[in-house]
This record gives sequence, structure tokens and C-alpha cells, in this order.
Amino acid sequence: MRAKAAFWIFLAPVLAWLLLLIVLPHIDLLVMSFRSRNPGGDPGWTLVNYQRFFIEPIYWRTFVRTAIYSTITTVITFFLAMPVAFYIAKAAAVRLRGFLLILLLLPFWVSELVRVYGWMILLRESGVVNYFLIRFGLLTQPVEMLYRDATMIMGLVYSSMLFMVVPLVSVVESLDDALIEAAYDLGAGKWTIWWRIIIPHCKPGITSGSIVVFMLSLGNYMTPNLLGGKNSLWFTEQIYNQFIASFNWNQGAAFGFLLLLLSSAIIWAGLRLSGQKLGQVAS
Amino acid sequence: MDNDLSIRDLVKRFGGFTAVDHVDFDVPKGSFFSILGPSGCGKTTILRMVAGFEEPTSGIIEIRGKNMLGVAPNQRPVNLVFQHLALFPMMNVRENIAFGLKRRKVTGAEIQTRVDRILERVGLPGFGDKKIHQLSGGQKQRVAIARCLVLEPSVLLLDEPLGALDLKLRERMKVELKKLQNQVGTTFIYITHDQSEALVMSDQVAVMNKGRFEQIGTPQELYGQPNTPFVAGFVGDNNVWPGTVNEVRDGEAVMRTQDGVVFRARSRETLAPGDRVNLFLRPEAILIDPGEAMGYNSFEVAIRAVLFDGANSRLLTVTPTDLEILVTLPQNQLFAHLEPGRTITAGWRPEAGILFRSDG
Amino acid sequence: MKKIVLLAALVLFCFSQAAQAETLKILTWKGYAPKELVEKFEKETKVKVEVTYSNNEEMIAKLRATRGAGFDLAQPSQDRISSVQEEFGLYQPMDFSKIESALFVASMLEAVKKNTLVKGQAYAVPFCWGTDGLIVNGEKAAGASSYNDLLSEKYKGRVSYRVKRPTLIAMGFALGYKPFDLYADPAAYQAMLDKVEKTLIAAKPMVKNYWTNGDALLESMRSGEVFVAMAWDNGGWKLHGENKAIDFVAPKEGALGWIDTFALPAKAENVAAAYKWINFMTKPENAAYFTNQEKTATASKDANAQVAADFRSNLERCFPQAAVDNIKWYPPVPAKLESMEGTVLDKIKAAQ
Repeated sequence: MRAKAAFWIFLAPVLAWLLLLIVLPHIDLLVMSFRSRNPGGDPGWTLVNYQRFFIEPIYWRTFVRTAIYSTITTVITFFLAMPVAFYIAKAAAVRLRGFLLILLLLPFWVSELVRVYGWMILLRESGVVNYFLIRFGLLTQPVEMLYRDATMIMGLVYSSMLFMVVPLVSVVESLDDALIEAAYDLGAGKWTIWWRIIIPHCKPGITSGSIVVFMLSLGNYMTPNLLGGKNSLWFTEQIYNQFIASFNWNQGAAFGFLLLLLSSAIIWAGLRLSGQKLGQVAS
Repeated sequence: MDNDLSIRDLVKRFGGFTAVDHVDFDVPKGSFFSILGPSGCGKTTILRMVAGFEEPTSGIIEIRGKNMLGVAPNQRPVNLVFQHLALFPMMNVRENIAFGLKRRKVTGAEIQTRVDRILERVGLPGFGDKKIHQLSGGQKQRVAIARCLVLEPSVLLLDEPLGALDLKLRERMKVELKKLQNQVGTTFIYITHDQSEALVMSDQVAVMNKGRFEQIGTPQELYGQPNTPFVAGFVGDNNVWPGTVNEVRDGEAVMRTQDGVVFRARSRETLAPGDRVNLFLRPEAILIDPGEAMGYNSFEVAIRAVLFDGANSRLLTVTPTDLEILVTLPQNQLFAHLEPGRTITAGWRPEAGILFRSDG
Repeated sequence: MKKIVLLAALVLFCFSQAAQAETLKILTWKGYAPKELVEKFEKETKVKVEVTYSNNEEMIAKLRATRGAGFDLAQPSQDRISSVQEEFGLYQPMDFSKIESALFVASMLEAVKKNTLVKGQAYAVPFCWGTDGLIVNGEKAAGASSYNDLLSEKYKGRVSYRVKRPTLIAMGFALGYKPFDLYADPAAYQAMLDKVEKTLIAAKPMVKNYWTNGDALLESMRSGEVFVAMAWDNGGWKLHGENKAIDFVAPKEGALGWIDTFALPAKAENVAAAYKWINFMTKPENAAYFTNQEKTATASKDANAQVAADFRSNLERCFPQAAVDNIKWYPPVPAKLESMEGTVLDKIKAAQ
């Protein structure tokens, strides 16, 4: 009985924290999203904020665009991170391993804004990369490398890399080398080994890394905005615009919940497709 | 073309360390060949070179007359059963066994029948759809072997596959493996540090130590006529009794032990009076109370303990200089009266003991 | 018991700390509270100043989130006060008895009073003013002098402006509308917005990027990546100080005139200090310092005499009397126009 009381006493601050900082604001936003924008007038319940998302093509198109680009980012990040993780976990000397992970961590010691500005200094038309390309005669005319979708995806991949590599390193580390050798011995080539042995073994790590990267990309605001330039409307920016520029918090709240729901749906679909359960991935 | 595997002057160095040091041997077709040695002796390295996972520093590996230099593991007609089996946990039994066949582009129906046939052969009919983690240790063992045998390799390599099993199961699997090898007729190369596994299953055994083969022979030869003190000590149990050579005649040496007892024994080395030697004497070669039988070496020892182990029971005895000597205790009523503290007379035939010059 | 005493002492200590260090929390634009002036103010009044940088939209959002709490003084543009006040009640009325009216340019004080009137009470006093117009690199885009030049094929990929309401208004003027006259007629305003939307989407290839950060824009102009931009005059003048080829140009459709103000959030904690700051900043010597620093004119009546010569020459060069007369001053924005504009802005940004 006393143990139970102690349990609740220790749990209480955690619950209070969750309730105050996470649950309550979300409930507030949820309520807001079902109300029309008119605080002085009739505060009636309405679905109009959600309807607008589907009726006005620009909103759902932006969402689809954001989701597709986040997916592309996730896939590219995976293909870049897999060899890196494999190298760190299997090929590199043990002493080198920690050093390499720190190297990956290094960019995260500065804020995202600084990192993005770093890219802008490098890639802008009058930037460092152009300077050297012209200097070495590879270009005659400077090229604007910013404000392209490719640049934006590169920025997103760059800032997501770590979140893919770390879970992958831990699953690759748990892979018994003998499995790879056994497959090789039984006649498998490199691709078959990757496809049949390594990837299936790494599935939980791939899935958790992909979920994190996908969510981070979907929820990113700064990178698409600053590197993407004139064509890169990101869904988060639309939420921001509703809250800040249009003063339409109700609409913004509805978009926020749609983002939550739709991204959850995409992840659910992804898990179903790869035949996994969230519990396995999280453990 | 009688040998499935021929190894000539094989050397493997890792940096300054020589793991395999000028090894030669042939494995005749259809035989069960074991490499027996303590851990770290280089036996696994030989196996990995045959499988193709390591490149030899020098020397030749030929499988059925074909030089394997530069041939990748997935192209070699050999398969390896790994120490920890390395079954693919993401696949079920059928998929594990079919893995190699699929790589060879065998058709689906053909795969089906071959997998079923091999499952039958290893005594696991109907196990195809089981997950790997649902299998017992012995069943995993058989799946691992089936996964290789289904490919009908020229040579099957086994890297201490029984090591992880408990004793009873290991005893049973020894017999089963030997039976299986007899049935399928595939050449097995089996490496182990367990002399009993090697002796029970093998047609031929190579005893390996520090990168070199000490002796290759049938189990009986290794047991009965060890070429080196290492083989004598490693294969089967042996009492080691130090002493000095008194005289040599007619291929027999007369030695005086540290306890002052004089024995006649044979030796494979050329000994001279004054040489320091070790007498290797198996416990079962020593008879208790041999009586007046002709030509026996005899000595007296005190019983320190009776080590009862059924058919394998022994007496732990000590010589006057406190050297421990094990003596086999036949399980008949004749010796029921023996108990610690008593002194007995023991004897052995001169052919049963063997002398090796000691380094010290 | 001991613990309770200790706790009480701690709480008292905290309170006394707070009481000792009187603070003034200002929500304002970058550059509006120069470090030197903050230090001077702190020395004179012993009030500690905490500054938070923002812009019009975020200022409103921040105050709306707290229902007017968390800051003692805000500095929104005069046209963004009355509708927000009506809808959300973010501010408290100005007490003009606490303002040293003699320090202000009287006409400007009156205009702001009038424009921020809600239910008979005024909610702001002016601080500084400036215009939106063009910043032009004379070497690369000589003669650019109209908002239409932002659409010109000549400057393909060398144009920059914000995706914000001033751009919509400017394009409205460029297309021959009178946007401010349409404020009262949402349908007509929407029609104008639709036209502006089409025009800006069609002109997207001309745009290098839509700028969001003033410093970043100036860097793009400086490096010659952008030839023509729509931006604030003070930015143009800063660049002109470094490179004579770049200058602000008041477009022939009229520069868009804005006045940034002082306004008191509804739940301001230290109103007294806020008034002190208002009067402090409007003193001629302080206002002149600000002007010289930020190239932005203030509502301080006697500051002009102390303003550096180059700033006066900027004004004279770019704003001859005709240009001054042609300035289109933002009238207060009616509620809900922002929503209409927001959709248009999103569509422009999203268009491929």
C-alpha cells in the first residue's frame, strides 16, 4: 500500500508536467481548430477549418509536396547513412568508432540557423563554392545553387543524417558477421547479401531512423524556408502563416492537427508496408 | 582424382604472427577428416582459407584438382557449417535451406522437392515452416548442416559445430553426424578441440599445434603410436613420468624414473644413455596386481582416491615422490576392497609405454 | 520548521531582488533600441531594459498568445493597431498626460492618434517613420523607378521582394488600383488581390528569392546578386553609404509610408517605465542618435538639427517635394483583410 503511494508521489510531477505542458495546450488547440474565427461574435462549433484544407487545393497540395519531399529526404538519408553506419559499426577500428560518431555529431553543436546560414554562405551565387569553381576554371559564370529543391533536400538530408546513422550503427553492430559470411559461402553475391541479410536484419533500425528523419523533415521550418527559396512552400510555413500573418489561429490549429494526423497515417502505412509493429521499432 | 582436397605447403601470416605454418595434407574422397588442436592453433584459419574467407600467404589449395586461388567464397564448391551455425533468423527453416539453391537459380518446384528431401534426410521432416527460434539446439544443428548439404558440395567444412551443445546431445550428435556422413558420402572436414569428437567420427585426424600438423593418422594410430609428446598428451589421457635413459638395446630403452624404478619401454626416437625422457603411459595400460606375468614392468604406488565414474572409473595413486598416476579401475568385484591409503602393485607391458626425450 | 523559515527567506529574497531591479520589457524591431541608448537610459533611470526583437505579425501573435501580457511596451506600425485592438484587445489606451507632447512633430502625433482610435481612445504615439520603395543597383539596373520594374524581363533572376502585404499593396498601385481606397470594399479588394496574385505568379521567373531577413537582402544587393529589390529606405541608404551605385528609389507610383509607434500592451507591468522610455527616445539628442545609426527618421520635432548631414542629403536626394507628396501612407488595416491577403501570399509562394 505504501509502495503504491510512493509510486504515485513520484509519478505525480511527471504527470503534472505532461498534463500542463503537452496535454492541455493540445486540447486548447484542438478546441480552437473546431471553432470559427470570430472570438467576439458567435463562437460556434464548425468543421470549416478542416474543410478548407481539402477544398483549397493550395493547402493539401502543399501538404502532399511536403510529404513527398520528406519521403525523398528520408530515402536519400537512408542510402547515405547505411554505408556510413556499416563502416562505423563493422569496418572501422573500435577506437575510431567513437571519433567518427563525434564527427557526425559535431554540426549539431551549433544551432540549425547557423548551419543553414553556413550552407547559404557556401552555395550562394557570390559564395565560396562558386568562387573556387570559377577559380579553377570549372565554371565561367557563377551559378545560383541556393533556392532550388535539390539544395533544400540536401540541407534536410544534412541535418537528418545523424538521426539515421545512430540507430543504424546500433543495429548493424548487432549483426553477426557469420551471417554475412554464411550467405557469401552459400553462393550469395554482394547485392543479395545486402538485400536478403543485412537490410532485413537492420529493419527495426531503418524504421526508427526513417520515422525520426521523416518527422524532422516534415516538421522542419528553417531549412526549407531559407534554402528552398521562392518555390518551396513547406506545410509548417503554412501553419506559421495562418498563426502569424493571417491571425487565423483556428485555421492554424486545424492545420497543425491535420499535420499530426496525416503524418501519423503515413508512418502507420509505412509500418504496415514493411510488416512491422511500432512496439518492435521502439524497443 | 582421389582426393577431394589437397593442401600443399600452406602458410598464413597475420602481421608477424604465423597462424598456419607449412601445412600439407590430402583428404580422400568421401572421408571424414578432422583437424584436432587446442584453440588458437590455427585450425580455424585453415578452414577459412579453404572456404575462401582468408587468402593464403603462400601455398596451394586444390579442391577436386582445381586450384582455388582467387576464387571467391560464393564460387567455391565447398560449404561451411559455422561454429554458431549462423542460421538466418529473418527466414524460416525452408527459406534458410533454399537460400543457396535460389542463388543457383534452381526452379521453385525443384527447390521444394530438394528441401523436403534434405529435411527428411537430417530427420526433420515437416519442419520447413518453423521459425529458427522455435528450434532446439540439435535441430538448429541439423538445419545448418542441411542448408549446406542441399547444395551437394564437394567438401563440407564444419567449424566446431557441436561446441554449443550440452554433453548428452553432443554425444548423440557425434554418432548422428558420422551416420549422416556415411549416408550422403560427402567429404567432411571437421575441426574441433575435443579429441573424443575427432576420434569417434573421423577416418583420419590431423593433430595441430602452433600452426603445424604434428601427426596425421587414423584415430587408432594417433592413440596407439603418437609421433610426438604433444600428440601423446593431447589425444586420450596419459600419465607422464619423467626419468633418465640407462641403456638402449633391441629398439627398447631402459629408463630409471625419478622414483628410482626401472622400466623397459619403446621409443620412436633414437635415445642414448643419459638422455632425459618422459614416459607416456595410458591409465588403461596399467594393470593392478599383474602377478608374475612375464616381462611386465611393475611398480608400487599408494592409493590416494577412488574416482568412481562407472565404466570409466580410475584410481588416483601417488608414487613415493608424490607424482600422481592414474590407473584404470576395472568394474569387477576383484578390486572392491581397494580404498585410499593402501599400497598396490601395478604393472604394464613394455609395448604399452612410450618414451619421448624431454626438453628440460 | 527550520525548512519553512529557510523557504520563506528564499521567497522574500527573490521578491526583493525583483523589486530592486525594476525592468522594462520592450517588444520591438531590430535596431529600434540601440545598445548605447539602452545603457544611457539604464543609467538615468536605474530601470533595466530587456529587448525582444520581432516584426509586426509576430508582435501581434506574441501579445495575442498572452492576451497582452509579458511586455511593457510594443512598437507596431500604426496601421496594424486599431483592428487588432478591436478584435483582441491587446493594448491599453495611451495616457497623453504622461507624454511630453512638445517633443513630437505635432502633425504626426495627431495622425497616429487619429489612426489608432478605438471607441474614442487613442492607443499609440509615433516613434519613427520611413517608406517602402525600391533599392536599385544603378550599375546593373539604371533607371529602375517603378514597382513594375520588379516584374521586368530585363532583370530576370535579379529581383527580390518579400512575400508580405506591402508587396501586394505596391503591386496594386503598379497595376493602377488604389488599394487603400478599396479597404472598405472587400469584394473589390479581393478582385485586386486576384489580379496581383496572377501578376506576381507570372513574374516568378524574374525573382531571385523572396527575402525574409533584412540583413540577408542587403548582403544580396551588396554582392551584386540582386539588382532591384523592394525594401525599406533605410536599407537602401545604408548600402548607399558603402557603394554610391546602390541607392533607394522612391517609385513613381509612390513610396509606401509607414509609421512605427509606441503602444502599451494591455497587461503591461511597468507602464511608468514605458512612458519614461517613450519620452527618452523622443528627446532630440537620442532620436538623432537613432536616426544616424539606423538611417530612419523619427517623430522627434527637434532632432533634425542634430541629424548627420549624410542622412539629410539622403532625404533630399531621394525625396524631392513631389516624391514626399506622393508617399502613400498606410491607413489602418480593417480586420480580416489579412486573411484574404494570407491566402494570396501562400499561393504566390507555392506556385511553380
